Amino acid sequence: MTTTARAPLGAPARARFDVERVRADFPLLQQRVADGRPLVYLDNAATTQKPRQVIDAISRFYSEDNANIHRGVYDLCERATRLYEGSRIRTARFVNAGDDREIVFVRGTTEGVNLVAQSFCKPRLAAGDEVLVSAMEHHSNIVPWQLICGEKGARLRVIPMNERGELVLDGLDALLGPRTRMVAVGHVSNALGTINPVKEIVARAHAKGIPVLVDGAQALPHLRVDVRDLGCDFYAASGHKVFGPTGIGFLYGTLEHLEAMPPYQGGGDMIRSVSFAGTTYAPPPARFEAGTPNIAGAVGMAAALEYVAALDWEAVVAHEADLLAHATQALAAVPGLRIIGTAAEKVGVVSFVLEGAHAHDVGTIVDQDGVAVRTGHHCAQPVMEFFGIPATARASFAFYNTHAEVDALASAVARVREVLG
Amino acid sequence: MPELRELYQQVIVDHNRNPRHRGRPAHHTHEAAGDNPLCGDRITVFVDVEGGVIRDIGFEGAGCAISTASASLMTSAVVGKPVAEAERLFTAFHSMVVDPAAPADPRALGKLAAFAGVRGFPARVKCANLAWHTLHAALRADGERVSTE
Repeated sequence: MTTTARAPLGAPARARFDVERVRADFPLLQQRVADGRPLVYLDNAATTQKPRQVIDAISRFYSEDNANIHRGVYDLCERATRLYEGSRIRTARFVNAGDDREIVFVRGTTEGVNLVAQSFCKPRLAAGDEVLVSAMEHHSNIVPWQLICGEKGARLRVIPMNERGELVLDGLDALLGPRTRMVAVGHVSNALGTINPVKEIVARAHAKGIPVLVDGAQALPHLRVDVRDLGCDFYAASGHKVFGPTGIGFLYGTLEHLEAMPPYQGGGDMIRSVSFAGTTYAPPPARFEAGTPNIAGAVGMAAALEYVAALDWEAVVAHEADLLAHATQALAAVPGLRIIGTAAEKVGVVSFVLEGAHAHDVGTIVDQDGVAVRTGHHCAQPVMEFFGIPATARASFAFYNTHAEVDALASAVARVREVLG
Repeated sequence: MPELRELYQQVIVDHNRNPRHRGRPAHHTHEAAGDNPLCGDRITVFVDVEGGVIRDIGFEGAGCAISTASASLMTSAVVGKPVAEAERLFTAFHSMVVDPAAPADPRALGKLAAFAGVRGFPARVKCANLAWHTLHAALRADGERVSTE
């Protein structure tokens, strides 16, 4: 994982990144809100906008290359199959998987986690066993484990965090006990922006022979992810969080694990042969891709990864660190504002609460200035509970955001208390 | 885009800053809890009904300005009124905030007509409705938790 290139907070590198040139690739960002002001889109942790290159790739697929994959002998079918499998290779390369068969296309991170919970973990789980998650997980990396724990009489345990929103690993070795069957941890927290030391967690879990799934939904748009360097057993992510389409994502799993796992869903394309006496299953990844997959989605996601891969990554990292530092400073200057999540290692996510104003009022009021932020519990209710708050407002940045947009956010937030009297 | 001041009218801002009937009344015969899981708004409404009349009412909970002001204005509107009148207000209020064609009738709704502006902000309709749904559940006294989802 090469995250070391981040500029330190407080000493932001001057942006060598040509943000205006990048913005020109994103049609949606060109729009203006009702009163003519530009849209300020700061909800990138929920979903990112799509560059023309992605929109065109999807449009081109449907205009020129659409056919069902894997089962025709005609040229068009082979072309569609080539594009779909080419997307798998592109994805494998993006996260440095050793073999493209280690990439399973899924609907998104959520499906990836559920697949591992059901096909990999559940068969290994007995009453009294344990699954370990962290205190800052998104609901989608809690509930799938709760479901199988409930079914098997196993216990869900939690790696704690501190007031800054950083995982506390002092007790990790004790939590990794003889009954621990699985560790599932987020690479980056969606609610707090914290970058978790997953490489260390993997190493400590592996020292005891415990497999690890990493929820990478929030990491992929901000970090260069190298699954082999992380050493994780599984890594799940979503296309739409990394400038690709919705409804497509991938699960990386080591071939050794995937080959040993039973299917997740039954259907076409996942079999070797079917008879009423019994069915033999296809090898991975096809075993886990029952039915006609989201072919155009895979093509679109690959186009997005290609787009990201072509960026000057060092400049992107410096630009995002600069945005985060600027936003942290500008928001902290708003009277009564408290930032939730102040980890030393963070991506461009700033969650905050404002004294005397509920997050929803903040969201509605800043929206009047064309500023789109998320408000609520961010599908991380245990995080809200930890900080003793019902909700936060959250600004989350992508590389196409600008200093001026951070300023627009800060001045819109400063207006909230005016409106609420 | 609708104007913010249509949503955050003076009476709403005032009731958010100084909510009336906040807290548990000395005695109550009915109560219900409600929440809006997407927002994290939570409210419990306590009602003291005697002879078909709401003698006392109070609410506890935390929410946004719209939900707090709505609970405050609701409790102020129904206290001392017959239960049937409270139910009639519930229906009138509900149709005002969800139906763009329904006129906000100041005679029928009084100060509650201030919430007509919520119609321009569909994401906030649930905030305005939460207290009312919870009151409605309390009066039905089926003890079920109310959710806007």
